Amino acid sequence: MEVPILKQGAVLIATFQAALSDADLNQLRMGLVQQVVRFRSRAVIVDVTAMDVMDSFASRTLREIAHMIRLRGAETVIVGIQPEVAFAMVQLGLTLEGVATALDLEEGLAYLNEKFKTTN
Amino acid sequence: MSVGEIRVAINSDQDIVSARQKGRLMATELGFSTGDATLIATAISELARNIVSYAHHGQVTLRMVNGLNRQGISVIATDDGPGIPDIRQALRDGFSTSGSLGLGLPGVRRLMDEFEINSQPGKGTTVAVKKWRQ
Repeated sequence: MEVPILKQGAVLIATFQAALSDADLNQLRMGLVQQVVRFRSRAVIVDVTAMDVMDSFASRTLREIAHMIRLRGAETVIVGIQPEVAFAMVQLGLTLEGVATALDLEEGLAYLNEKFKTTN
Repeated sequence: MSVGEIRVAINSDQDIVSARQKGRLMATELGFSTGDATLIATAISELARNIVSYAHHGQVTLRMVNGLNRQGISVIATDDGPGIPDIRQALRDGFSTSGSLGLGLPGVRRLMDEFEINSQPGKGTTVAVKKWRQ
């Protein structure tokens, strides 16, 4: 299942629809980086509200996405990690170190607005 | 095959998703909370991923189990892949031979209540885990 990527001004928003396979995640990684280049985006929000499980592969891919996008000079915010998914991640020993997270899409956009304001 | 048992063949990354979805469904039907069902689904995802990464082919069996005054779910992941030469090392946090994951087994042990592993180099690996309903 492909992840739709929406363009909202200088921000790209990728919304996970349901359970994603490794191939879908790899495709998202390539797609996001390409679009950040194409639209000269300043930030990416990855909305994982609908994600059923965040296992080691998924969190590694999200970390890689954030790092690749940072190399392009843009910001990544992961939003919507569900409480039970967060609990399982901690038990499993997974971290999203160095990656910004926010409660939901709204908070993620607010975080980016604040950030852009201070850097302008 | 009884009603309380589901077998999922693991041959590709798509099967990882299918195994964990079936596991979540079974856990929910057995009365596990959403939180516990997520822990179980995450453990299944890791075990199935180990099969795809190291053995390429294998099977995950999900089963309802009865203990003394309690019910639970058992997940058995088997493959006839290369096996794990040093199980103690594989159960240490941060260890990985595929160079990519490295958290699988010790993490799965923390997610579940019971954990058993059997592996013979050249013959394969079986990981059996259980979680009891609170």
